[in-house]
Amino acid sequence: MSATAEHAVSATGLRKSYGEVRALAGVDLTVQAGTVLGLLGPNGAGKTTIIRILTTLLKPDGGSATVVGLDVVREAAALRARIGLAGQYAAVDENLTGLENLTMVGRLYGAPRREARRRGEELLERFELSDAASRATKTYSGGMRRRLDLAAALVARPPVLFLDEPTTGLDPRSRLQLWSTIEGLVAEGTTVLLTTQYLDEADRLATTIAVIDQGRLLAEGTPAELKDRVGGERLEIRLGDPAQGEAARAALSGMADERPRLEGDLLTVGVHRRPSAIVEAVRTLDSDGVAVADIALRRPTLDDVFMALTGHAAEPSGEAEREAA
Amino acid sequence: MRRLITDTLVIAERNLIRLPRAPELLLAFTVQPIMFVLLFRYVFGGAIRTPGYSYADYLIPGIIVQNIAFGGFVTALGLNEDLHKGLIDRFRSLPMARAAVLAGRTLADVVTNSLSAAILIVTGLIIGFSFHVGVPRAVAGFGLLILFGYSFSWVFAFLGMLVTSAEAANSVGFIAVFPLTFISSAFVPVGSMPAVLRAFAEVNPFTIVVNAMRSLWLGAPAHNNVWGAVAWSLAIIVVFAPLAVARYRRAAAG
Repeated sequence: MSATAEHAVSATGLRKSYGEVRALAGVDLTVQAGTVLGLLGPNGAGKTTIIRILTTLLKPDGGSATVVGLDVVREAAALRARIGLAGQYAAVDENLTGLENLTMVGRLYGAPRREARRRGEELLERFELSDAASRATKTYSGGMRRRLDLAAALVARPPVLFLDEPTTGLDPRSRLQLWSTIEGLVAEGTTVLLTTQYLDEADRLATTIAVIDQGRLLAEGTPAELKDRVGGERLEIRLGDPAQGEAARAALSGMADERPRLEGDLLTVGVHRRPSAIVEAVRTLDSDGVAVADIALRRPTLDDVFMALTGHAAEPSGEAEREAA
Repeated sequence: MRRLITDTLVIAERNLIRLPRAPELLLAFTVQPIMFVLLFRYVFGGAIRTPGYSYADYLIPGIIVQNIAFGGFVTALGLNEDLHKGLIDRFRSLPMARAAVLAGRTLADVVTNSLSAAILIVTGLIIGFSFHVGVPRAVAGFGLLILFGYSFSWVFAFLGMLVTSAEAANSVGFIAVFPLTFISSAFVPVGSMPAVLRAFAEVNPFTIVVNAMRSLWLGAPAHNNVWGAVAWSLAIIVVFAPLAVARYRRAAAG
């Protein structure tokens, strides 16, 4: 129990197969209380299976896990009162109003009708759904439904929240809105485990990212640590005159991690962990009389991380995937 | 146990408040059975001989049993929809009684079945049906009807979680139950059927339940039909309720 006190979620050796298909091949995970773990991986990587096991919806074939110190198999019933789940689908009843949905969930958590209703009103207010409280949710937009789904997961003020692809299929504005809502919850001390296929989402929300593919954990670390693995930041300099390429390379090799790369008029300079690299480079090139058309600091994205770890892109890329979902 | 009851009531309430908001389902409860009564009474009725009873008297207990058996369709379609929309996942992640989702669903069927049976009785009275018995037997018949309908709700609950789509639930349910209701004494005396069908019809639980209803409402000889009908209803619940709950526990959205 003492080990789990600071770990809101702790899993060891989780295995799960569906018939012949191995969904999880031994996954270890921990989530520190009050932090956000982002499970990042393509479709079919096993992310949803992990969420389903940790929320007691699915029994693992092997391994064990605890959430808030409760075993997900042996203490499933007690655990359900302490977690919230918002899924890939906005799991609300389309024929009920927003308030009826939240009141129903509150009563199923064991609250008396009046109290459940009051909590529902409070959450609708907080999620800016009060105006739509007495409308059937089938009239809600996608973003509103997601917010209601998230509100339903929060009815019992769970200390740990599981979000399975919370923004899949949402328009950019609703996504940003949902992100700041999640950040607000984390600021209040909620522990969050979320899955995503969107690298920018993990980058923005997660304290720690676990990259998984084909049922295995490939890497774990802060977004910065993962980016370091693929080499850190680099300057991309477009030269005003391609003939000055060698001169520019010579001028900047002093500040570079390794020999700058020159392709046509584009010079790439590794400047990992070097503050004010742009200013330094511009000054150096200027004093050497090299004309610069454009200069930019490029940070590695989680796309680069994923490519480096798995050898394939974090497919499917945004648009195609949103269609499918 | 208290938890099971309150959770069941919450779910039943949910299913009932959403009902008037899905008009197509309401139509299935009300207009469709009336249409069938009128068709049978006035299109086929003249050509079917039912010794001892007017066709209106013969038809109403039969068609009402068929109708109540299909009442559970709402459960099959509703559970299937809940499964695919992720609501079952939500329910399963809540600290609620495990059986409550199904128990609440089937309990809501009892309410809608009662409503639709009442509509059919009124329609029947208008087209010439009459109770040949006193109030207690009429009420007992209504009770048997609701019990039998409840047992079929569990069959449909199981079916709704077994199949992959609402369309599949619709066709499997229809193909499985429709012939059962017709190869019975519901619409024609089984004596008019070819030998093989007659043999089947005589052991068909629908025949037993329909005959029980005729005995309770028309005063037809009961034989063992009433107890047989109660036994069949209980047996169906005993078999299908655990099957449905087991299926629910393992249910996965997808």
